[in-house]
Amino acid sequence: MSFGVVILVHTALGRAAQVIRHWARSGCPVVVHVDAAMKPARYARFRAQFDDLSDQVLFCERHRCEWGGWGIVAATRSGAALLLERFPDLGHVYLASGACVPLRPVAELDAYLRDRPGTDFIESARVAHVPWTVGGLSEERFTLRFPFSWKRQRWLFDRYVALQRRLGVRRRLPEGLEPHIGSQWWCLSAATLRAILSDPQRPALDRYFRRVWIPDESYFQSLARRWSGRIESRSLTMCKFDFQGKPHLFYDDHLPLLRRSDCFVARKIWPRAEAIYAQMEAGGHPAGVAEPAPARIDRVFAEATERRVRGRAGLYMQSRLPHEGWENGFTAAPYGVLEGFAELYEGFGPWFAKASGATVHGHVFAPEGAEFEDGAPIWRGALAAAPELRDHNAQRFLTNLIWNGRAGRQVFQFGPRDSQFVSWDIAKDPNARIGVISGAWAVPLFASGLPVARLKDEAARLQRVEADHLEALRSPHAKARVRVWTLAEFLETPDEALARILADIAPGRTGPLPAPPALRPLEGFGRFLQEMRNQGMHPYLTGDVPAEPPAPRQPAPRPYIVRPHG
Amino acid sequence: MKAWQAYRLRLHRRRWRLRALRKRRELTTVVDRTRAIRPADILVFTTLRNENMRLPHFLDYYRRMGVGHFLMVDNGSNDGGAEYLAAQEDVSLWRSDASYKRARFGVDWLNWLARRHGHGHWCLTVDPDELLVYPFCDTRPLKALTDWLDASSIRSFGAMLLDLYPKGTIGAQPYERGGDPLEIACWFDPGNYSLSRNETFGNLWIQGGPRARMFFAQEPWRAPALNKIPLVKWDRRYAYVSSTHMLLPRGLNLVYDEWGGEKTSGLLLHTKFLDGFGAKAREELQRRQHYAASAEYKAYAAGLEADPELWCRWSEKYINWRQLEELGLMSRGNWT
Repeated sequence: MSFGVVILVHTALGRAAQVIRHWARSGCPVVVHVDAAMKPARYARFRAQFDDLSDQVLFCERHRCEWGGWGIVAATRSGAALLLERFPDLGHVYLASGACVPLRPVAELDAYLRDRPGTDFIESARVAHVPWTVGGLSEERFTLRFPFSWKRQRWLFDRYVALQRRLGVRRRLPEGLEPHIGSQWWCLSAATLRAILSDPQRPALDRYFRRVWIPDESYFQSLARRWSGRIESRSLTMCKFDFQGKPHLFYDDHLPLLRRSDCFVARKIWPRAEAIYAQMEAGGHPAGVAEPAPARIDRVFAEATERRVRGRAGLYMQSRLPHEGWENGFTAAPYGVLEGFAELYEGFGPWFAKASGATVHGHVFAPEGAEFEDGAPIWRGALAAAPELRDHNAQRFLTNLIWNGRAGRQVFQFGPRDSQFVSWDIAKDPNARIGVISGAWAVPLFASGLPVARLKDEAARLQRVEADHLEALRSPHAKARVRVWTLAEFLETPDEALARILADIAPGRTGPLPAPPALRPLEGFGRFLQEMRNQGMHPYLTGDVPAEPPAPRQPAPRPYIVRPHG
Repeated sequence: MKAWQAYRLRLHRRRWRLRALRKRRELTTVVDRTRAIRPADILVFTTLRNENMRLPHFLDYYRRMGVGHFLMVDNGSNDGGAEYLAAQEDVSLWRSDASYKRARFGVDWLNWLARRHGHGHWCLTVDPDELLVYPFCDTRPLKALTDWLDASSIRSFGAMLLDLYPKGTIGAQPYERGGDPLEIACWFDPGNYSLSRNETFGNLWIQGGPRARMFFAQEPWRAPALNKIPLVKWDRRYAYVSSTHMLLPRGLNLVYDEWGGEKTSGLLLHTKFLDGFGAKAREELQRRQHYAASAEYKAYAAGLEADPELWCRWSEKYINWRQLEELGLMSRGNWT
């Protein structure tokens, strides 16, 4: 065998023993480092298991290994020194832990290393060039002192860092040292490792690295830069980190994924992942001379980070309730809001559904209850129409509506008669495409045929509500795409306005505008508005609809009463 | 959080813990096998009354998940369920004939048992009609989840209550003892849940589902709460405040992310709406032992007289956790 293994062990002893045996049985010499924290009796029992392999499995001097501390480097050094001393002919030394499991046959790794003599596989990057920070520290790992444990003495740790920052402490680096960081798990050539272990500057380096934070990720990584002839800056041990810099665990259901990666060794494996250990026992999954390709399975882990950090836009659920502004999208998909159109046209909903291909609801915030598509009492997601239920949490009703129908595009009608809880939400939502014909609420009032005296209070109320809503739409916080026409403006060029709003809501649509439905009859509407003015209620949001239709001899600009097409 | 507010919550917690201490006298031991609990065991805590029909499946379901021991309080059953439980090797059973309501719906009893036996264990507090689903539950035992939570320094795990119901009227398909209730009650509402924050305790308040739309459409604020935090790495200083909806200290209630991300979460499949539910609702109404003057049971009894069907054309049929995650009801978070 051309390489030996140094294994650091601290927990899950049963699995660690299994892995040690596997390396040894495959022909590798193994040096085991056991954490000094382990009780003597337990250590003795652990060690006794390998009596039958005593010429191949050695135990080195023990150190106390604490996460982020110097002990791990000391342990690695002791192990490597013992291995090189007892097996001087090795080409490479592989550093692993009890939770690192070989995926491919050890012979394949052996052949791979034989083909690449003198190459050092160690991830080693300039600290300034990579975003790998833990606990908010990157370059400061090397310029501050860290005598306290991050896991046990966090308060002292944080205070001491703060103090040093305040005093402007900056440690001087040992002569000629260029700090590099990278994965703790490496495979170095024997020559490089010997050079590192017998570095003439070693006492100064040790003194320095003893107070560096997480030195196991920088000691060998920095010194390899000094002594190596050929660095391959990657680890042969596959390890995926989550958004907190903690390694992902691999389980039995990851086995196909692990095989696809063609990596020689993976960590960390959950100790009870029977199938992964069973594969190792069976000799590993052969992949011939394939190059390890850990990037092949990156997507799965990148998705996990994305989900944990950004989440699914427009989703509100038991484990995701973002503060306002942190939603990464208030709603799940673009949608249209039409105000005043259904009041002006007969059968507007079905026509717009046909023209746009979207799902077109009625007034989903109507006071009588939500008017879903086709008048259904309940819609996708089992969203019920009951008004109390909806208004109990109108924001969630809206986000649920959009989330449930996110596969398609939805449009709903809105107006001043409706409950206004979501008025600001839709105004601020970039997914909303809003078209407003202001003052269109006057058309149903007119059509009711009731005397103006009985309608003017309601008209005043609707106008006030709509004015508030328009204020939201025009505020600097509004992010929706908004188009507003007064009723008078709209009636001048209704087809053009329809074409615009249709293009907003269904951008992929091509071809000419299908013939719009009939406008509701408006003869006498101008007179109706004038009568309202006469009674003291000025419907200013409708725009300037003249009291009498213009005389036919006037050519200017277009008739106010638009004849339906066809 | 202001100091005085923190102090008030501390007093609050102490009150619930003292109350649990007092209420322990209402419990008499039927079988105590808690010596068999090993240090790494996951424990299940349950109060029940006349649930004999469901017990075999309930125990099996959680045994298969890798639960080590069941600690159960029987509140005056007379259907043979207690005898059945007492004969199970991995069950410790207590009995109480005292008022369920005055033990704050069993919370006091379970707080005491958890304090006594749960310290340092992952404790799952569920009713006999609640089946836990978590990410990867079809391929990984519960221990995989709790190990991961430990490694991530997470102490509590949220699982919203998801009401399941059959197609057709509730009593139409008979349920056989020992059978899988999910074969009958396999439909749920996928997307009609409303949620808001409880600023005092920091937990979410979730309502919705079939009960809200069928029985509480006119008074939605009374609809039952669905937020639950059933799985907790217990410490003797902790206490459930109201059912498993919320705990103290309040950091345990933060099972949701507030900055856009998704935390890992599961669901409690609630198979309450099975054959026999109507009779149970009427009995519970008479006992008057439930929350908010049994408003829920009044509404059920009223609704069930008319024999309603909870199923609607947008109901979704339960397949597996991946479907629930895709629908946005639970999340893997960054556990992969």
